[in-house]
Amino acid sequence: MTSDAAEVQALRLELGGITKRYPSVIANDDVSLTVRRGEIHAVLGENGAGKSTLMKMIYGVTKPDAGEMKWEGQPVQVDNPAHARSLGIGMVFQHFSLFETLNVVENVALALPGNPDLGELSRQITEVSNRYGLPVDPGRLVHALSVGERQRVEIIRCLLQNPKLLIMDEPTSVLTPQAVRKLFDTLRQLADEGCSILYISHKLDEIQELCHVATVLRDGKVTGHCIPAEETPRSMASLMIGKELPVPEHGAPADLGEVRLQLQGLSKPSDDPFGTDLQGIDVELRSGEILGIAGVSGNGQQELLYALSGEVPVDDADAIVICGVPSGRDMPDRRRLNGMGFVPEERLGRGAVPRMSLTENALLTAHQAGMLRYGMIRFERVAAFARQCISDFNVKCGGEDHAANSLSGGNLQKFIMGREILLAPKLLVVAQPTWGVDVGAAAFIRQRLIDLRDEGTAILVISEELEELFEISDRIAVIAEGRLSPTKKLADTNIDEIGLWMSGMWDAPVDNGGQAHA
Amino acid sequence: MLRLERRPEASQMMSYASPLIAVVLMLIGGLLLFSALGKDPIEGFKVFFLYPISDAYGVSELLLKATPLMLCAIGLAVGFRANVWNIGAEGQLIAGGIAASAVALYFYEAQGAHILILMVIAGAIGGMLWAAIPAFLKIRFNTNEILVSLMLVYVAQLLVSWLVHGPMMDPDGFNFPQSRLFDDSALLPILWEGTRLNLAFGFAISALLVGYIFMFRSFAGFQMQVAGYAKDAARYAGFSAKRMIWIGLLSGGGMAGLAGMSEVAGPMGQITDHVSNNYGFAAIIVAFVARLNPIGIFFASLLMALLYLGGEQAQQYLALPSSISNVFQGMLLMFLLGSDVLINYRVRWKEVAA
Repeated sequence: MTSDAAEVQALRLELGGITKRYPSVIANDDVSLTVRRGEIHAVLGENGAGKSTLMKMIYGVTKPDAGEMKWEGQPVQVDNPAHARSLGIGMVFQHFSLFETLNVVENVALALPGNPDLGELSRQITEVSNRYGLPVDPGRLVHALSVGERQRVEIIRCLLQNPKLLIMDEPTSVLTPQAVRKLFDTLRQLADEGCSILYISHKLDEIQELCHVATVLRDGKVTGHCIPAEETPRSMASLMIGKELPVPEHGAPADLGEVRLQLQGLSKPSDDPFGTDLQGIDVELRSGEILGIAGVSGNGQQELLYALSGEVPVDDADAIVICGVPSGRDMPDRRRLNGMGFVPEERLGRGAVPRMSLTENALLTAHQAGMLRYGMIRFERVAAFARQCISDFNVKCGGEDHAANSLSGGNLQKFIMGREILLAPKLLVVAQPTWGVDVGAAAFIRQRLIDLRDEGTAILVISEELEELFEISDRIAVIAEGRLSPTKKLADTNIDEIGLWMSGMWDAPVDNGGQAHA
Repeated sequence: MLRLERRPEASQMMSYASPLIAVVLMLIGGLLLFSALGKDPIEGFKVFFLYPISDAYGVSELLLKATPLMLCAIGLAVGFRANVWNIGAEGQLIAGGIAASAVALYFYEAQGAHILILMVIAGAIGGMLWAAIPAFLKIRFNTNEILVSLMLVYVAQLLVSWLVHGPMMDPDGFNFPQSRLFDDSALLPILWEGTRLNLAFGFAISALLVGYIFMFRSFAGFQMQVAGYAKDAARYAGFSAKRMIWIGLLSGGGMAGLAGMSEVAGPMGQITDHVSNNYGFAAIIVAFVARLNPIGIFFASLLMALLYLGGEQAQQYLALPSSISNVFQGMLLMFLLGSDVLINYRVRWKEVAA
């Protein structure tokens, strides 16, 4: 990034005064941004700051109301994503744009011009996926892929098109630390080859490690620029949210109480031909502790969660004991009565009904808490419960009558989390508690989980974000290929060891220094 | 190339307005149809939509025709809300008619209120049994209830045809394919003196009220709506999918069976192989025009009944074929589906990329 006379030549993308208004909100207000050739440029901002809108305009998904865009010095108006791709702009979306009923190769082929040969393409996919450490089987159907695997497909799909500018919207959320490092190597290599990268992420340490410059957005406006290498994650966070970031307080482990969840040899062949079979999972979780389960997505997390929640019961009742009751064969409502709460990974469509109001969504799982009389719904009680949930958990919404799909992802997650916590579960199972949630809300959610554990609830958190697990867990285990590792106290392990375990190698002999192979 | 593009947000108001738009479009389509057939469209409109209800008797006939439609549609709507697609109300109506007729013929020339009560119960159970077949097969073998319930319509039609040609045939009926005329003790009491409007209309209104409470006030109704909107959320909450299939199909079957009973014990007074007038199929259109809402079903049933009556009038005064009613029903459904598509999508003209 040295200044040079021929600098103009090095400018790949210039945005000037970009403004986009929606009926209720100004998503982008006079945003200017310059990306140089070979630059990795971070765009920082909380959920709703306008990052995604800005990226969509660059990629031609929506059009700005005002402002101009220059591509390699020439003014352009990007009409649609196909036009953007023909210019050399590729994008990895935060919300995946894959067809569930098609397989990986077919999905990739759809994004390519012309009529590519599928066999040849499948070879290319394997090659790219090996080179960049993004393993994926080209023949698998997308609906059978986990969230993390879908993201890999998106990344590979972009890389196949040799883009000049790659837009990445939170690309690393589901990768192992090792895979993140590999991806970063790839991105650096791409940048060295002259490809520019616009990198959106809320993981400030990653931005610091990877990005050359950063532009900070808040409420649709550019509020600052920085060189991440000269900042700390905390200082960037305060730039982003405009105030100091709260740190979760994690007190000493509480006194352990009774066993609230016991898995004894839980095995379950997956219903999905491409799923992962659970193999002999044993674990014990007591009142007053948080057990974190790490792992790369697609290693049995979904199957384990379905078995735990009761959405897919298992044949052996004793394999899952909830608060002393053998529950393997019970349906979810039965398990709730026994004291379990559950927050699933998918918020819209599983944890909440998109078209229904927050009141009705509260009823979804809270109905056992005195909200029915003679089979009739006591709407005043449900609404009061929903209002309490909204106020206790700072859910930003139009009110309890508004539909779940009118909330942002983070606010809906706070609502669902609030609903489950207000039901005072003895055991709470949470999947991806802060997936796609902005840093402020994520810190809030983590703090509530820790508070709940201090009140004596047993909490199981399955997350693909290691930092998160290390922040909140008392003990940690890893799931890989359907098997669960032994659990370790947080003090007795570290990110490197857990990262290694994520590839399934906890049985491998490790010399006593704790170093595998440096 | 024309393309449909999903709208970012579907207008809530338009989704309520679309049934009305569909009705208006159907009327316009009807006027065009009359002119194309060489009839004066204004005259045609009067004959079709005004004459049938120009006097009190006409209104009573409208309510009489709307009765089986309301019964079938409310039962179907309960299932449709949970995406349980019972397309076989026509067959369940026939099954209910057969069961009720069996009771009436068994107690032929006997007296007492128990006969009618037994007929009501038999009618509802007959329809439920017919609907239980697709429910059982779906739960046990994961068969498609749309196909099974639809195919059972034809089985029911053949069954009733065999019965009125055989075991249920009137012994003094000169071999006409129909049963004896029921005794007065097996006929529903008339509600409105001088007309054919009978107690079944009361059943229908009660069914709408109960349906309303079930759908909007009861937890079971809530569970069914959750299943209809988001299957995974219903499973997450632990709502039993099997139970919803049973409730959905049995409510449709029970109400259709009651409609069949009200036909044989009402305007027909006997069973023939024309128990139903396509009410079971028309009720599907009614349920959708009504947006699966009981209040909507009341009005949509009246509209559909008017199409039946108008069709009869059109045959009589305009010399149009009897299928004119079906044409109007079809237009109504088509315009409704069309406006629903346009609520959720917009049409875009797109250049094909070279």
